[in-house]
Amino acid sequence: MSTPTNIASPKARTEALQSALADKGLIPEGALDAVIHTATEDWDPENGARVVARAWTDPDFKKRLLADATSACAELGYEGIQGEYIVALEDEPERHNVIVCTQCSCTAWPVLGLPPDWYKSPEYRARVAREPRKVLKEMGLDLARDIAIRVWETSAETRYMVIPCRPEGTDGWSEEQLAALVTREALIGIALANPA
Amino acid sequence: MDGIHDLGGMAGFGAISYEENEPVFHEPWQATAFALNIVGIGVLRNHNADEYRHSIERMPPVHYLQACYYERVLTGAATLFVEKGVVTKEELEERAGGAFPLASPNAPDPMAELEPQPVARFTKGDRVLVKDIHPAGHTRVPRFCRGKTGTVLHVAPAFSFPDAAAHGGAFRKEHTYHVEFASTDLWADAGADNESVIVDLWDSYLEGVDA
Ligand SMILES: [Fe+2]
Repeated sequence: MSTPTNIASPKARTEALQSALADKGLIPEGALDAVIHTATEDWDPENGARVVARAWTDPDFKKRLLADATSACAELGYEGIQGEYIVALEDEPERHNVIVCTQCSCTAWPVLGLPPDWYKSPEYRARVAREPRKVLKEMGLDLARDIAIRVWETSAETRYMVIPCRPEGTDGWSEEQLAALVTREALIGIALANPA
Repeated sequence: MDGIHDLGGMAGFGAISYEENEPVFHEPWQATAFALNIVGIGVLRNHNADEYRHSIERMPPVHYLQACYYERVLTGAATLFVEKGVVTKEELEERAGGAFPLASPNAPDPMAELEPQPVARFTKGDRVLVKDIHPAGHTRVPRFCRGKTGTVLHVAPAFSFPDAAAHGGAFRKEHTYHVEFASTDLWADAGADNESVIVDLWDSYLEGVDA
């Protein structure tokens, strides 16, 4: 294998591909900006947090979410690419859920947003299925030895979201207050919902 | 392919670096690279998502591990624009002012022989064995569960079979199953009795196990 020493920067390579396609008239006006807008403005873990808060406060919604998360998320307007088949994983006091995609980095974009770098890193992808308790502890979540862990590998078309346990001391809180407790990390399962 | 992308369970990786308040994209070119691939799939129909995943899997392992996520996206998408004859590598390198490394070519005989399974053969609670296949092309069955037996937790809808879709094979849809494996069945040296891994697997990848 020859290793070129004059590799262009990723930025220069990206601009090269973009300009080559654009000069051939292949990129419709505004198409790239539309994707970037969706990725940065619409796909947001706050969407998933609202889904969780609704599930914590509305038992009928929670029932629908656990039976068919795709439709339940769509009720709140969260649907589309990489959200075609969503499954919600409900944490229980004695069993914790955590999500990974070991082979690439799939996530439910409409409810979790594009995944963060740690989720896409070889370290997380290689390690979390095999030693989840250790990885979670390193990332700040020290689960008791008797709490079971299920690691969900996103190897096909199902896109998962974790429904963390509702923290103690949040009785009577509004959906908005509750949603603020749910981070992207909690929706993936490397953290719990923030305590009240 | 038994490639570098199939990282689950591989040892030797260290701590996971975590960034507070991470932005969606760290640099503008990353957003452009992401959008070029999405437009390449959804608007230009240059390639599909399975061809895209496999183009990244075909990157030389050293480049794969050194590249950040969006450099892998860029490399995979550019490889497919070159392979489909839309642009040439020379043109890209001239425009970039330097080398533009691409993925390695597709294997000549990429698919394992797996009989299509249009009707769901398994149901919740069934014990299933993952076939120990090693196709030269794209597959979504991770190495760590091949040859292992697990339990079906859930039957998902039928989806396009990626091993075929990545290589221009006849379109086929099959159900996928959320199959739970005890960690201790996957790795003798790691995991505990109350840890498990659930893998989402297409019907073709599995065979039934008598209870
Ligand atoms: Fe993935």
